[in-house]
Amino acid sequence: MADTKIPTVVVDDVHIVYRVHGAAKDSSPLGALRRIASRGPSATVREVHAVKGVSFTAHEGEAVGLIGTNGSGKSTLLRAIAGLLPATRGAVYTKGQPSLLGVNAAMMADLSGERNVVLGCLAMGMPRGEVRAKTQEIIDFSGINERGDFSSLPMRTYSSGMSARLRFSIAAAKKHEVLLIDEALATGDAKFRKRSEDRVRELRAGAGTVFLVSHSLSSVRDTCERTIWLESGVIRMDGPTDEVLAAYEEFSTAK
Amino acid sequence: MAEAVVTEPYPALAPAQLAARHGLRAAGERPGLREYARSLWAYRHFIVAFANARNVATLTTARLGQLWHVLTPLTNAAVYYLIFGVILGTSDRIENFVAYLCCGIFIFGYTSAVASAGTVSITGNLNMIRALQFPRASLPLSVTITQLQQLLASMAVLIGIVLVTGEPPRLAWLTLVPLLLLQTVFSGGLAMLLARLGSKIVDLKQIMPFVLRTWLYGSGVFYSLTSATDNMPTWASTLLHLNPMLVFIELAREALITTTPPSHFSVASMWAVAFGWALVMGVGGFLYFWRGEKEYGRG
Repeated sequence: MADTKIPTVVVDDVHIVYRVHGAAKDSSPLGALRRIASRGPSATVREVHAVKGVSFTAHEGEAVGLIGTNGSGKSTLLRAIAGLLPATRGAVYTKGQPSLLGVNAAMMADLSGERNVVLGCLAMGMPRGEVRAKTQEIIDFSGINERGDFSSLPMRTYSSGMSARLRFSIAAAKKHEVLLIDEALATGDAKFRKRSEDRVRELRAGAGTVFLVSHSLSSVRDTCERTIWLESGVIRMDGPTDEVLAAYEEFSTAK
Repeated sequence: MAEAVVTEPYPALAPAQLAARHGLRAAGERPGLREYARSLWAYRHFIVAFANARNVATLTTARLGQLWHVLTPLTNAAVYYLIFGVILGTSDRIENFVAYLCCGIFIFGYTSAVASAGTVSITGNLNMIRALQFPRASLPLSVTITQLQQLLASMAVLIGIVLVTGEPPRLAWLTLVPLLLLQTVFSGGLAMLLARLGSKIVDLKQIMPFVLRTWLYGSGVFYSLTSATDNMPTWASTLLHLNPMLVFIELAREALITTTPPSHFSVASMWAVAFGWALVMGVGGFLYFWRGEKEYGRG
């Protein structure tokens, strides 16, 4: 029924332009001077137009997949929905505070895994008491202690898989209303992937709306009934997952 | 089909109206001032934990580890003493030059370190800003806490130096507590101001060392500014003595050293100046930073 659909995320003609510093083509001091003297387009700054006028509405209880080739603006759009990256033009309206579940949340490489867990949870706005109670649970879930006591070693000693697992476990420890998942399902070995997929399903059950960015089409097919296909920052297709994925696969193989 | 129009009114609404009807909020909208202050308070544990983490993280690879928190100020004092006390002989006119010098170096070093770390507190943590939602003022404030912790180590060293150089323990030492509090409010405000400026003007990071060095030489760290400005017109001298760092340093010397050379201002008026600076910079820096809250992710 159309009238029972309550919108949770409204994206209205959003444009996102990144300013990239230090991207000058001629990087010698003379080149910098020449640019200033000729008053060229502001010295060393170049702009990247990552998302170009995207509009859609997502509703309560929906799981929306975001697909597209590398650099098509999927992650950027997700960050805009989370309110982390301001839209240059247009607006994003959301119900409550969406949470981005990404594997690249900031971590301090010189600190032990355990300290990173505490820091990460506090940064997500978890109260201190809850952080204390959950720290061990998060470390157990990540499975980094399966081969000895790694949680007390600095994170720079971790393998990339291990630190990705720990980051995911930290992010997944909190309850979310609108949940944005960025490639998080592709983390770690098969055993951990199974565990993390279960965790995402759990999180989804408690969340109003889920967005999933992934290159793994099978996980989009398993989780989402609706899919948006982004290409070069523009929506190429928006509709039921089966149709969009079929068109996307045709597009990818045709290349 | 007419029925469908009644039950599905959304396509007729503009996205903004649709959002308003269902009570959706614009993402990344700047919160109100009171709401912002409240959320910052809710993040106080994060601010302190982040400050601690940075303090620990900077020294994990050093063999002497956390001992450097004490060794760094000691070495610093020794270097300046060698140059200004022994080689250049600035010490002739000032009794207890060692304590005089150390007061200046440690007090100035605090705000100076906050200023340079504050300038890059947004640009250096862009990954974190783009991954997590938290009040961004947490970053410049945690930089301030990090340096405050190092200052406290320096202060322990300073008390030791003061005792060794023959100053008697006095009640006046307690005035250091409100003084450091005022200086922390001032430095926190400065960090927020520079954090926003540094995120807009990326070249500020390159300019800051020169600004800070000029400030260092103008703050009477190695010499008495009051005797150096004897020959100046009064208004110029007064202007130079309104320098907040000079005021903080002179007040610390008043507290710790019995034989401080007379200053341009009375002690009471220096407290007033210190309070004024803390208020202006603390509130001003916070307001300025808050106004930019929405922009910080753009880089």
